[in-house]
Amino acid sequence: MAKAALKASLFLGLMWALVAQVVLADEVKRYVVEGSRAAELDACVEPTERMRRMHFEFIKHQRTLTVHEGIRGSKYSLAGCVDCHISYNAEHEPQPINRPDQFCGACHAYAAVDLNCFDCHASVPNRPESSPEARAAHAAAGVGQPGHLAHAHPGGGER
Amino acid sequence: MKDENRTNLEPVDRERRTFIGAAAGVGASMVAPGVILHAVEAAPRATSVSSDVRWGLAIDTAKCAEGCSACIDACDRENGLDLQTKPKPLSESKWDQQKAVWIRKVKLQDNQTGRITNLPMMCQHCEDPPCVDVCPTGASFKRADGIVMVDRHLCIGCRYCMMACPYKARSFIHEALEGQLTSVPRGKGCVESCNLCVDRRDYGEESTACADACAAEGHNAIVFGDLKDPESPISQLLKALPTRQIREDLELNTGVRYAGV
Ligand code: SF4
Ligand code: SF4
Repeated sequence: MAKAALKASLFLGLMWALVAQVVLADEVKRYVVEGSRAAELDACVEPTERMRRMHFEFIKHQRTLTVHEGIRGSKYSLAGCVDCHISYNAEHEPQPINRPDQFCGACHAYAAVDLNCFDCHASVPNRPESSPEARAAHAAAGVGQPGHLAHAHPGGGER
Repeated sequence: MKDENRTNLEPVDRERRTFIGAAAGVGASMVAPGVILHAVEAAPRATSVSSDVRWGLAIDTAKCAEGCSACIDACDRENGLDLQTKPKPLSESKWDQQKAVWIRKVKLQDNQTGRITNLPMMCQHCEDPPCVDVCPTGASFKRADGIVMVDRHLCIGCRYCMMACPYKARSFIHEALEGQLTSVPRGKGCVESCNLCVDRRDYGEESTACADACAAEGHNAIVFGDLKDPESPISQLLKALPTRQIREDLELNTGVRYAGV
């Protein structure tokens, strides 16, 4: 008797878990902002699932390499996040990425995780055209004149 | 032992450096008739910085002009220091003491003779930096190539390093900032100082913002380069001119040397 009840409740529990998962999957919002370069791509520098769970780990290790070892142009880069996920308003002004309706800001607000990267880091692509990074990007893209950096240099040059 | 290794490495290294120099100087070259190879001018660094180089500055105070602030202005623009604004409640004089400065123009006067010397003073990139000794978190550190800088991810803003530095080279950011440059992340609660244009180094550029600006003004008082390369312009200059380290009594072996003081 007790066994049957246990079985039933286990079964119910399983069913509930399945249903909950289906509902959750439907509810998972896509935070990639329309009109950003990222919206045109299938995945980030790693598969989406991996990026969702691990992006902070990636840039945390990269930041040490960049600051202490001087390694630039790596696969993971916060400036790269900004370059690719930035969106522009009708006036073609970049919208700060940590704003609650933008890529980083929206998801962090949903997950209730403090986002303080942008207390220091630029929240919009912000390179003077004279910067070595901008020059390197132009050279790599084969364009003489400063163009649309976010497109010319998706790697961004890590910071 | 260390010196032995160094001498062993040097010839190879110098060759490579000259080669890199030559390659960097060429924007585009003909590899075959009609086929033009565009050389990438500056590529981001992909390997760790090494102690084969030690970056430094040589400053000829005789060429540093009175009233000129080209180096300071260029530094401010390069690093986004010009984005700072005075908080309302602060008086002008307090703000002058408090705002972040990476280069100061220092004027020396010999009271007996009346001789005046001008010089730009930035972080001296000490070989044995007191700021690194005192930092409790490891945020203040020296890169293998001799650049002393702050890892802002680790800095807790205690300002020990500011007190330890004999050259008043460091600044603390007191207020939240906006509009930072992608290449120079900086923000409230951290200490900062001249990092010899570290991102220019990592993108293989030739010089620093201050040296470029000084040259553009026609003064050429600041020369940037590799102190370990005997052929580099900076080493040649240091060989030719009598130069000193400021407060050499502290035996910090600074990477910034001054002539005419
Ligand atoms: S000059 Fe000051 S900040 Fe620069 S390395 Fe020396 S002690 Fe540190
Ligand atoms: S202010 Fe930052 S860099 Fe300076 S000693 Fe304290 S933790 Fe280290």
